[in-house]
Amino acid sequence: MSQAVEQAVDQGSAPASARPATRPPAQCKLSIRRLDFFYGANRALKGIDLDLPERQVTGMIGPSGCGKSTLLRVLNRMYDLYPGQRAEGEVLMEGMNILASTVDLNALRSRIGMVFQKPTPFPMSIFDNIAFGVKLHERLSRAEMAERVEWSLTRAALWGEVRDRLASPASGLSGGQQQRLCIARTIATRPEIILLDEPTSALDPISTLKIEELIDELKRDFTIAIVTHNMQQAARCADQVAFFYLGELVEVGQAGDIFTNPKQKRTQEYVTGRFG
Amino acid sequence: MDATLQAAGAGHLRTATALRRRRRRTDRMARLLAWLATLVALAFLASILVTLLYLGVPGLKPAVFTTVTKAPGSGGGLANAIVGSLVQTGLGTLVGTPIGIMVGTYLAEYAGTSALGNAVRFVSDILLSAPSILIGLFIYQVLVSPLGGFSGWAGAAALAILVIPIVVRTTEDMLRLIPISLREASIALGAPRWRTIVFICYRAALDGLLTGVLLAMARVAGETAPLLFTSLGNSDYSGLGSAMSSVPVTIYQYAASAFDDWVQLAWTGALLITLGVLAINVAARFFIRRR
Repeated sequence: MSQAVEQAVDQGSAPASARPATRPPAQCKLSIRRLDFFYGANRALKGIDLDLPERQVTGMIGPSGCGKSTLLRVLNRMYDLYPGQRAEGEVLMEGMNILASTVDLNALRSRIGMVFQKPTPFPMSIFDNIAFGVKLHERLSRAEMAERVEWSLTRAALWGEVRDRLASPASGLSGGQQQRLCIARTIATRPEIILLDEPTSALDPISTLKIEELIDELKRDFTIAIVTHNMQQAARCADQVAFFYLGELVEVGQAGDIFTNPKQKRTQEYVTGRFG
Repeated sequence: MDATLQAAGAGHLRTATALRRRRRRTDRMARLLAWLATLVALAFLASILVTLLYLGVPGLKPAVFTTVTKAPGSGGGLANAIVGSLVQTGLGTLVGTPIGIMVGTYLAEYAGTSALGNAVRFVSDILLSAPSILIGLFIYQVLVSPLGGFSGWAGAAALAILVIPIVVRTTEDMLRLIPISLREASIALGAPRWRTIVFICYRAALDGLLTGVLLAMARVAGETAPLLFTSLGNSDYSGLGSAMSSVPVTIYQYAASAFDDWVQLAWTGALLITLGVLAINVAARFFIRRR
């Protein structure tokens, strides 16, 4: 197991180490400061401080129940749907605290998109699945909409497979195609940040590989945060990795450092498969 | 092997066989009773249908659909009653459905387990099982009596009240079947709650919602009691503003009369209404199967 991880890390960290040479140091897109989160009286996140660098992939790893998915749901205020859930602290995006009660949630969610664990195609055609989100925020002509749909499907590496059946129901696609459709749907609204909550855990290895390639492609334009249970995936996809345990951020660093040279003992034990 | 142990084993086997035999007997008995009960229920149903066909079909002539109800012996039909039933059932469904869908939506999407939500759910369930004659009396008190007369409007209003709780129930049940992940996916795109409900949830639950409306329609199409105090009946075509005929009320008036041709028309009317309700139910099944 540990050998496999190291191997994966070697593959994954090679481009990561080459990166600083080819692009300037990343600016911080989103700053999480002293964040606490509560499910009722239960404190699920404890004083989280974390920066998401712009146009990089931040991988969030940790055992089940460690709070990584909860953190993702804070970043687009998904928790607002459920009374009894609340966040304290600050999440700053360009100087604005997105946790403030004055924030327009619909506008915020158009800037911070999210893709879920299970593919969730809407009960409509492939085309309409994408148009639905775009129409929420923009008035486009028919031609512009067709262009946007093609653009987003192309970016999500799905265009070639569905170009001839845009009018058929999205439910007819395979699981992997549905998940790429959900990614297309999210990027079609042109967000700045994309949150991926275990996007490949319901998919087969080939679909997983496609989505991972896609993530690598997308980070040229988007800031990405991905929650994953799969250490190899974090090693392959992420530039920065954050390890969570029991609601705390134990360690954050460059992917290569986290997997090969972690500072914390708990991180080392987790990434080498000794617990979790 | 020890002889005593062998004997004990044999004894055990013997008891087990006896036990198994007794159980098999009980099983056969229970199965027989279940069969008998089913047979009795089906026999009643079959006898109703056979009687209905036997007495109803002979009166099924074109004149039934083209002639209005007339005095005994003058060759009347049911045309005005059929039109009246279609109009009142249609209008009642048209008015009751949107109210029912909105209440059901409130219960499924907004109320949760709040006190108001539970109260609405409780009242709606009571309304669902309330005797329909009560609804007729209520409309008589608030519409017929104050406005000084029976009318098709009042009949449709009574039917609308009967439609509401049925549609509330099915709407809430159908919306609750929609996975929460679908709602979250829509909201994560920046869709407001109402857009998520109208464009995602309703669409996902469309067949179920339609089924509920059809079942409500089938239920009120055969209602008699709520119409007795409201639209009363009419011997000719009439607008909604005056007393209006309907098939169930005509059946009620004709079946107990002393005139053979009226009794015949009552049976034919009963057959027509049964066929109509059957057709609606088949349509509803079609939607259920499509889900």
